[in-house]
Amino acid sequence: MSLIQEIDFGTPPAKSENLVTLTIDGQSVTVPEGTSIMRAAMEAGTQIPKLCATDMVDAFGSCRLCLVEIEGRAGTPASCTTPVAPGLVIHTQSERLKKLRKGVMELYISDHPLDCLTCAANGDCELQDMAGAVGLRDVRYGYQGENHVFAEAHGKANAAWMPKDESNPYFTYDPAKCIVCSRCVRACEEVQGTFALTISGRGFDSRVSPGMSESFLGSECVSCGACVQACPTATLTEKSVIEIGQPEHSVVTTCAYCGVGCAFKAEMRGEEVVRMVPYKDGKANRGHSCVKGRFAWGYTTHKERILKPMIRESVSEPWREVSWDEAFAFAAAKFRAIQGKYGRDAVGGITSSRCTNEETYLVQKLVRAGFGNNNVDTCARVCHSPTGYGLATTFGTSAGTQDFDSVEHTDVVLVIGANPTDAHPVFGSRMKKRLREGAKLIVIDPRRIDLVQSPHIKAQHHLALMPGTNVAVLTAMAHVIVTKGLVDEAFVRERCDWSEFEDWAAFVSLPKNSPEATAIYTGVDPTELRAAARLYATGGNAAIYYGLGVTEHSQGSTTVIAIANLAMATGNIGRPGVGVNPLRGQNNVQGSCDMGSFPHELPGYRHIAGDAVRESFEAMWNVKLNKEPGLRIPNMFDAAIEGSFKGLYVQGEDILQSDPNTTHTVAALSAMECVIVHDLFLNETANYAHVFLPGSTFLEKDGTFTNAERRIQRVRKVMSPRNGLADWEVTIGLAKAMGIEMNYTHPSEIMDEIAALTPTFAGVSYAKLDELGSAQWPCNEKAPEGTPVMHIGGFVRGKGKFVVTEYVATDERTGPRFPLLLTTGRILSQYNVGAQTRRTDNIVWHEEDRLEIHPHDAEQRGIRDGDWVRLASRAGETTLRALITERVAPGVVYTTFHHPDTQANVITTDYSDWATNCPEYKVTAVQVSPSNGPSEWQKSYEEQARRSRRIAPVVEAAE
Amino acid sequence: MSPDRLIYMANQIGKFFQSQGHDKAVPGIAEHIRKFWDPRMRSAILAHLDQGGAGLDANVRDAITTLKQT
Ligand code: SF4
Ligand code: SF4
Ligand code: SF4
Ligand code: FES
Repeated sequence: MSLIQEIDFGTPPAKSENLVTLTIDGQSVTVPEGTSIMRAAMEAGTQIPKLCATDMVDAFGSCRLCLVEIEGRAGTPASCTTPVAPGLVIHTQSERLKKLRKGVMELYISDHPLDCLTCAANGDCELQDMAGAVGLRDVRYGYQGENHVFAEAHGKANAAWMPKDESNPYFTYDPAKCIVCSRCVRACEEVQGTFALTISGRGFDSRVSPGMSESFLGSECVSCGACVQACPTATLTEKSVIEIGQPEHSVVTTCAYCGVGCAFKAEMRGEEVVRMVPYKDGKANRGHSCVKGRFAWGYTTHKERILKPMIRESVSEPWREVSWDEAFAFAAAKFRAIQGKYGRDAVGGITSSRCTNEETYLVQKLVRAGFGNNNVDTCARVCHSPTGYGLATTFGTSAGTQDFDSVEHTDVVLVIGANPTDAHPVFGSRMKKRLREGAKLIVIDPRRIDLVQSPHIKAQHHLALMPGTNVAVLTAMAHVIVTKGLVDEAFVRERCDWSEFEDWAAFVSLPKNSPEATAIYTGVDPTELRAAARLYATGGNAAIYYGLGVTEHSQGSTTVIAIANLAMATGNIGRPGVGVNPLRGQNNVQGSCDMGSFPHELPGYRHIAGDAVRESFEAMWNVKLNKEPGLRIPNMFDAAIEGSFKGLYVQGEDILQSDPNTTHTVAALSAMECVIVHDLFLNETANYAHVFLPGSTFLEKDGTFTNAERRIQRVRKVMSPRNGLADWEVTIGLAKAMGIEMNYTHPSEIMDEIAALTPTFAGVSYAKLDELGSAQWPCNEKAPEGTPVMHIGGFVRGKGKFVVTEYVATDERTGPRFPLLLTTGRILSQYNVGAQTRRTDNIVWHEEDRLEIHPHDAEQRGIRDGDWVRLASRAGETTLRALITERVAPGVVYTTFHHPDTQANVITTDYSDWATNCPEYKVTAVQVSPSNGPSEWQKSYEEQARRSRRIAPVVEAAE
Repeated sequence: MSPDRLIYMANQIGKFFQSQGHDKAVPGIAEHIRKFWDPRMRSAILAHLDQGGAGLDANVRDAITTLKQT
């Protein structure tokens, strides 16, 4: 293994289809029109010296190191900013060029410290490399003159010197080493889109500065790391590199946080991670990353990680550390006893959307083949199950229709119930890039998310609807499109069922669905809505991106259907630039659903009652399967309370913290006789568990994740599991203890089984993924390299199906006791329930969950910014601190749920989506009032948690 | 399982199909319950129907009746 060195072509690729041929150093080269001479030379294998150019950003032409000579042209133009032209004859090396370059380098080095041997970038410094490349042998100017290098000059403080900025927990900024190439500034603008950095001052005084001369931590910086990657010197450097040194080998793997699925190079020294660097060939992220994947992997070695299996008879006892075999035997005996006493259907399992495809597949196999029932579900139940239902009903597949690259061809972006810059940051950056290029933006969200107005971006329309009225707003948009004759009739006639369309068109045209009629309860200005509908229908390629603000409602599935209806009616399906795109929460939500994690479906979304499909699994697994659908998570809880469900195996999820109505969840878990938690940490669910099986991190195992664009990517092991076993081995251990044979020696064998049983995965193998880098399913004989855009030329189900979407108000209503609507969300630096990110330095960006409340509502209640407030709903109450902001409308409050002590889910109710039981997290009627500290519930919960987390000291064996 | 919760869920399904009219709604609701409810949930709602089916909306009641016949 060696360090993967990606080629830096100096400038980004040109997109033109016209080709240009020229001669560089006597070699003929053909490249697309618009390519820089620098890039053309690199393609021909010649690396022209450069400092201010790198292919992640547009060329700037400031360092003058990349000069070339062009026959017939005067002077020595910069090759990074000069485009190719037909027939040019270029020389990259001559006496004149050599001299000029040496002169440039001499000047740079004369204002640069010469501590190369002890510099963190030693071995990875482009300034060093260039000094070497141009043959710099001596520097005639000393440091006597003006410089940025020393704190003192001539016995006086040096005004040009600036101290290091170490405020960011993950990287440092050492101005003494800066060559002011502006690569960082351009990376922050062009790649990340945050515009946190500027070059202040001019000439010798010019400096890189975050915001208005703030510290990095105090500035707008979101710590994505793009500037650090762009920096050619040690000026911006990862603290981990400063501490450990340069890596010696690297392995390409996939981020385990969100559904974007960024590819990273894990750069290693032995088994120690030195840094994670986004991988340019990663097709989801194209070389970009966010603070979570780039920096927040320290939880792997966090001291609270549990490394030994533990068991106990009851949750009032402390945990007892045991061997793996003892833990497996204990768990297996409990489960078999429960089944003996209460029946086969009294146990079940939950697969993790954070684990690999192979691991979730094994858990559902264990349940179906081993437990003999179909009581398997996944945490996707609580986030994207309506996506599965809605898109399968209308289009025929339970997945988004596009790849992320598609956004580069989009003219109108419609974002509904999603906050990509916080929850899907790398895709958010790619979307922002397209918006800065001129694409139009419609945002439908109760809250003024960042996208509505951010540097160089302003939404054309922000429909700030009341939480819970998505269906009404989308149907009103359809009303405008149909009644104003904006339907793409040719598309609908060719691709969709015409009579279903007619029923739907008649329905949406009803006066009760007009923007004016619905405005009363949606709160959306009809004129604005009409303009937005017109823009969506007529603005060119229009694409819808949506998130949990769509699905987590009692009408979640209906909203997904309404979205699909809109896309079909306007012909925005089946080509790049358009489509319906669910932004998945966790890294492997798509994958865990694909792998048969829903109780009614075998892998590949095929109903368990279908004989042919079920028989194929029976033949492969050599066991008879139950053909009845099993319990979904909320049904499991109800059944537990009622007494017919007694044992649960939870793989990598914290259902107690993430599921709604915590009191109900606590009651359900307490009613069970054996709860097995398989996780990295003693999470909240583990407080009610009897068996704890330590989990492994994505760095410690092999497998695959499938991201929001259906892209299957490899996860590669870079270190041995600290807990001893990879997660797939843990499930196998449990299965074997229950007498179920699972003979796999490597996850690739599990994938081979998946491919053999699942038509959409038939062409997937580790060899194929190694060869292609990744593949989007369907990947089979018809599409051997996968399918970036779906439904080209026709829908998977045959004819696209329009379904009438009647708005049904949620039963969760505001009233005198609970007059405000609470909606929930997430922020960039934290991930989901925060189990991982809270155990990293990301905590500096989000120490606690705050309740956002409009100044008007706050004033009425006598609440000041930062006050403790009591937040109460019909389900329960909690306390947290208020944040007064106009981001939320009057009548609406908002909070995140990253910290367990916030207990935001004590508040949420058990209302759920009509089709899938996906909980209604996004709407809860609440009251807010001043408070002076934690609620009774928080206190008693805290006490239970403390007791339940005790681990018995290991007793030394007596002599 | 607690019939209240199941009645609520069944009626919620019914409301989605409501606007499709009785003839489409009844098989739609029945199929949905058949596909997504585990046997103990289905038998509980059937038992509730046997005891008069209080609280079930009309289409939902008809749908559950057809479930019984299969
Ligand atoms: S880390 Fe990202 S956001 Fe922060 S300054 Fe660098 S590029 Fe900009
Ligand atoms: S910090 Fe690095 S990338 Fe930015 S201007 Fe200085 S040397 Fe260039
Ligand atoms: S959390 Fe998401 S956006 Fe951030 S690096 Fe990981 S996959 Fe990419
Ligand atoms: S690399 Fe071309 S001017 Fe700096």
